[in-house]
Amino acid sequence: MNKTFTKIFAIFWKDMLTELRTKEIIVSVLVFALLVLVIFGFTFGAGLEVTEMVAPGILWVALTFGGVIGLNRIFAVEKENSRLEGLMLCPVDRAVIYWGKLAGSFTFMLAVAFVITPIFLALFNLPIFLPRLALIIILATLGFAAVGTLFSALAVNTRARDIMLPVLFLPVVVPVIVSAVKATGPVLAGGPWGDMLTWLQILIAFDIIYLVVATLVFEFVVEE
Amino acid sequence: MNKDIPVASTWAIEARGLEKSFGEHRALRGIDLKVTRNESLVIFGPNGAGKTTLLKILSTLVKPSAGSVWLDGIDIRDKSAQIRHKISLVSHQTFLYDNLTVFENLKFYGKMYDVADLEKRIKEVIAWVQLESRLHDRAGTLSRGLQQRASIARAVLHNPSILFLDEPDVGLDPHASAMVRDILGSINSGSRTVVMTTHNLERGLELGDSIVILDRGKVVYQATREAISEVNFRQIYDRYTETGR
Amino acid sequence: MNGNHTLRNSILWGLGFALMVAALCMVFVYVPTEKHTGIIQRIFYFHVPVAWVSFLAFFITFLSSILYLWKREIKWDAIACASVEVGVIFTTLVLITGPIWAKPVWGIWWTWDARLTTSLVLWLIYIAYLLVRSFATEPARAARYSAVIGIVGFIDVPIVFITVNLWRTQHPTAIIFEGGLTPPMLMTLLVCIAAFTVLYILLVIQSAGLKTMEADIKRLRSMKAE
Repeated sequence: MNKTFTKIFAIFWKDMLTELRTKEIIVSVLVFALLVLVIFGFTFGAGLEVTEMVAPGILWVALTFGGVIGLNRIFAVEKENSRLEGLMLCPVDRAVIYWGKLAGSFTFMLAVAFVITPIFLALFNLPIFLPRLALIIILATLGFAAVGTLFSALAVNTRARDIMLPVLFLPVVVPVIVSAVKATGPVLAGGPWGDMLTWLQILIAFDIIYLVVATLVFEFVVEE
Repeated sequence: MNKDIPVASTWAIEARGLEKSFGEHRALRGIDLKVTRNESLVIFGPNGAGKTTLLKILSTLVKPSAGSVWLDGIDIRDKSAQIRHKISLVSHQTFLYDNLTVFENLKFYGKMYDVADLEKRIKEVIAWVQLESRLHDRAGTLSRGLQQRASIARAVLHNPSILFLDEPDVGLDPHASAMVRDILGSINSGSRTVVMTTHNLERGLELGDSIVILDRGKVVYQATREAISEVNFRQIYDRYTETGR
Repeated sequence: MNGNHTLRNSILWGLGFALMVAALCMVFVYVPTEKHTGIIQRIFYFHVPVAWVSFLAFFITFLSSILYLWKREIKWDAIACASVEVGVIFTTLVLITGPIWAKPVWGIWWTWDARLTTSLVLWLIYIAYLLVRSFATEPARAARYSAVIGIVGFIDVPIVFITVNLWRTQHPTAIIFEGGLTPPMLMTLLVCIAAFTVLYILLVIQSAGLKTMEADIKRLRSMKAE
């Protein structure tokens, strides 16, 4: 068990080191998500009357599309130079590789979300400090990462891989997007916990189901 | 860690009836192969003969469409983790991460293989491939030849008993190639089984205890090193492969 | 194809034909016109069986995908893929007949109702399934990948349904028509469902058979090419 964790961490850590040096994924996703926010700001006009209705949607569109861009890179780095073969040669369960890569995608997406969200809140003149929103972001990002890491490994071996990932990923994460948007609404409006509870439950259920399923089927995606 | 379990088979590698198809293309068409422990086998063959596919199957990377492989008497379909501890692969792809230093790369792979006393072991293998001075440089900044040496260091880190080399000197300049060959020459030093593919006849002959020629997915010629001389080997090769026709 | 299969297929074709004719007669002659929504309600006897078949198709794909990954027999991949092809066509029909029915009854083409939205999301997931199949670089890979999507995608169905249902709570539950189903209506519906289910089975058998045969031909041709 301890060894398994060491190996998951080793994969995670090499991805972190690479990212800390290149800043390839985080910076590009950040810029992209920011652009989405700004474009939405222009198209809707950030007037007070519309904010409450469209703001949660804007935030989650930015985070979802930013997420797809980042997820595309997660396995692309392993594909270059056939590094995935090097990983596959290692005497570890394939699920360890999934969890290692998952830890990386989750962290990258979370980092982006925690930078983008305060900017979003400021741009739309909403309260900045919202711990409940952080909870929603963590749960939704985990769901994105669980599905996205699996599909990233799959898409990387197809032709037209840049388009394959969003085409696969977006319909499957519809429940996450809907729940995250609906839970964000009451938080931004300062509503009670009760309004978001159902949605948090769906997010938790989705996360657990897809973490389990992806762990089970990942091996069929990477084995040859 | 590598527990030495008693094995029935005397062969380090035994393959029976290996077949592999990629869609309509049949890359391997029934290969039987036996490699004695601590011997080095060189597989020759023109491009597209199935050398790389064969090595990928033997090293557990690709599942055969039909047939079986035993490494040290263990079927590679069972106990993959145990098998993977014993083997390693060097190809013309280095498997190194460009933005990590050589040291970080080795440390990563060492952890994946549960290498004990990792830092000491890294020092040993790095000294052996003579890369001490570049240990803390990013792998991406190294020349192709140096990267390949780092890759060899990566491959022997966990002291594998079977080493697969898939055209390890492809794309190297003559000097780097000679260096890599020297290292490879000392690699089995009696305690490792080595299987190497190449289409460079002289170099292959230098390194192999026995020789196999592969053509269009089949073993077409098999002999021990002593049985052939360099002069007539070229003729044998041409006779048995497409290039001769 | 052996004698058993031929016999089975003839029975299925006969049964399918008889059921289809019966279904048409019942929909257009036997069943009374529903009094509130009028003649348009008859699309119900097409819409509901087609929706049922598309869910059935994706469920069969889910099962065959698991069996493929487990047994690695090409037969299961052929069934999974054939079932998705039929399922996508039937889902497309659901998405077309839904609005045709909704416009006169509810006065709108589309509503983000749980059933319709789930069908739409399913349609998108299985379009992606077919895309991955055609974009995969190698047949064995295509089979593995699509099996994974067949499993992961189907598990999404209940989650999407629950989510969308909660999301649109203000929407009235789809009232098919007041007064519920009268016995003749129920009879007609059941016959239609049976007819379309047999049609589905026939299509999958034909298509899967064709795919297995294609694979065999490719294999034989590559052996001959030596």
